[in-house]
Amino acid sequence: MKVIIIDDEPLARSIIKEYLQFHPELELIAECNDGFEGVKAIQQYQPDLIFLDIQMPKINGFEMLELVEDPPSVIFTTAFDEYALKAFESHAVDYLLKPFSRGRFDKAISKWLQTGKNISGKEQLGQLLKTVSSSPSEQHRVVVKLSGKIRIIPVEDIHYLEAADDYVKIHTREGGFLKNKTMGHFETILNKSQFVRTHRSYMVNITEITRIDPYEKDNHLAILKSGARVPVSKTGYVKLKSVLGL
Amino acid sequence: MTRSPLNVSRFRNIFFAWWIVWAFLHCLLIRYYGFSLNTALIDSLISNGLLMGACGIVSNILRFYLPYSNRYIYVLLLCLTFSLLVNALGKFILNLSLNDPAFKEYIPFLANTYWIRLGIDFLMICCMAVICVLWYTQEEEQENRQRKNDAEKLSRDAELYKLRQQLQPHFLFNSLNSISALIVSNPGQARNMIHQLSDFLRATLRKEEEQWVKMEEELQSLELYLEIEKVRFGHRLSTAIVKDEKSGQMLIPPMLLQPVVENAIKFGLYDTTEDVTICISVSTENDMLKVTVQNPFDPETASPRHGTGFGLNSVKRRLYLLFARTDLVETSSMDHVFTTTINIPKHESDHH
Repeated sequence: MKVIIIDDEPLARSIIKEYLQFHPELELIAECNDGFEGVKAIQQYQPDLIFLDIQMPKINGFEMLELVEDPPSVIFTTAFDEYALKAFESHAVDYLLKPFSRGRFDKAISKWLQTGKNISGKEQLGQLLKTVSSSPSEQHRVVVKLSGKIRIIPVEDIHYLEAADDYVKIHTREGGFLKNKTMGHFETILNKSQFVRTHRSYMVNITEITRIDPYEKDNHLAILKSGARVPVSKTGYVKLKSVLGL
Repeated sequence: MTRSPLNVSRFRNIFFAWWIVWAFLHCLLIRYYGFSLNTALIDSLISNGLLMGACGIVSNILRFYLPYSNRYIYVLLLCLTFSLLVNALGKFILNLSLNDPAFKEYIPFLANTYWIRLGIDFLMICCMAVICVLWYTQEEEQENRQRKNDAEKLSRDAELYKLRQQLQPHFLFNSLNSISALIVSNPGQARNMIHQLSDFLRATLRKEEEQWVKMEEELQSLELYLEIEKVRFGHRLSTAIVKDEKSGQMLIPPMLLQPVVENAIKFGLYDTTEDVTICISVSTENDMLKVTVQNPFDPETASPRHGTGFGLNSVKRRLYLLFARTDLVETSSMDHVFTTTINIPKHESDHH
């Protein structure tokens, strides 16, 4: 079975490598220094299991997982992260606290060999990602992938959001990016005094609005600095007015 | 400074409306005694204009000199003085402007009504004074409450920061993990790192008690910290520390620079993927100790607009509490390099 280690500290990787020697059934096929390499390696090698550090440069372990279409089984490794630990506990996802012993490592491997490869493991992982993506560290940026390249969008740069089937299209100065999330998700993570859900399928950054025009019966259109026209429903208009203090 | 009630538009409107109504009533009353409209108007406008001015001045005086509780006799005296003044001035101006044969009945009338006028003026000014005392007392209380809240919040934040500073759990556990890895691959380095980590932790604990330390010592513990990070991140981190001869002996508050260097590591090392160099330079300029810390940063993930975080704020706060100056910490970013400059004024016991 194929294994990948993703951690930005060489010594932290070497200790996992050392412990893996005692599990000949697991074959280490790649070591990655950061989340970007991690995404590439997972796509290239399709591993069965990854050891994933949470605190890594630029994009953290959770953000990396969101960018992988069909993520493999994960054993998280972390030194100290209260927020993540709570999430692991509540979703029964396995994790190793650094520094960990060989005994603890072996236990995690045998648990994975017994139970981790079935479907429920994947479901737990999805639930976990849903919980942690509202963590404070991820609230000021959104990580997206566009034709293989990873982009980090600061939330201030978002003009407006538009629902598109199972995705949300994030409109910025440099164009639109698709993210596999719901509008409800963005409503919980984005600052409510800056982003207003003006319509069932639209959310707008109020600092981008230049004016609001009436449009058809009971409806309005918010005109943005970029010239984009965002629909505002009757209830959306009430919300917008209260946030703008009108 | 507290706001005056006359700065609040609602109260200002009430104030002026009151004077218009009052001047109108005054006018009616004089007419009732059989004087011409002209006479009544002049009398009303001059007396009430002066009275309104006096009320405004009293309100402003109370804004700056609010009496302590039980000293309200001063307020009464103030009101009496102003009513006497207003009356004397009013009488003088009215005598001048209406001293004409056409108004010959008016002058005795003015003299006869002196006590009534004085009484009314005194009551009016007293009313204004009572309103102002109540207003300012309430404003002051509100300000005190706000200040108390701010102070409490600050001490709470500082306490949390101190706890984190003592523990630094992330740094500590990752260092232990590195040692665990080195024990098999390089036992000598593992032992070395245990010594560095112990020295660093000991320095952190000891320094809590001391007031000021030599720059040399502070730099030593910073170097220990950076050495440990170098072991964790291998060849990715390099450091350049430059100091002039004089600066080593100068005194600084302990652990003042630690949050600055931690900040540099956080943005320079934890959040980048390339090789990085962290530069620390220490020099003396006009009896001031000048420390600059430079780190590269990734503008994509750590744009400066996200603020400097609590680390640098705590440094600013400490320097403010020590020197009552807010201009001692400067930050700038250019070409993806973030620079923090800290100026520390000379400490008296440097001479010893």
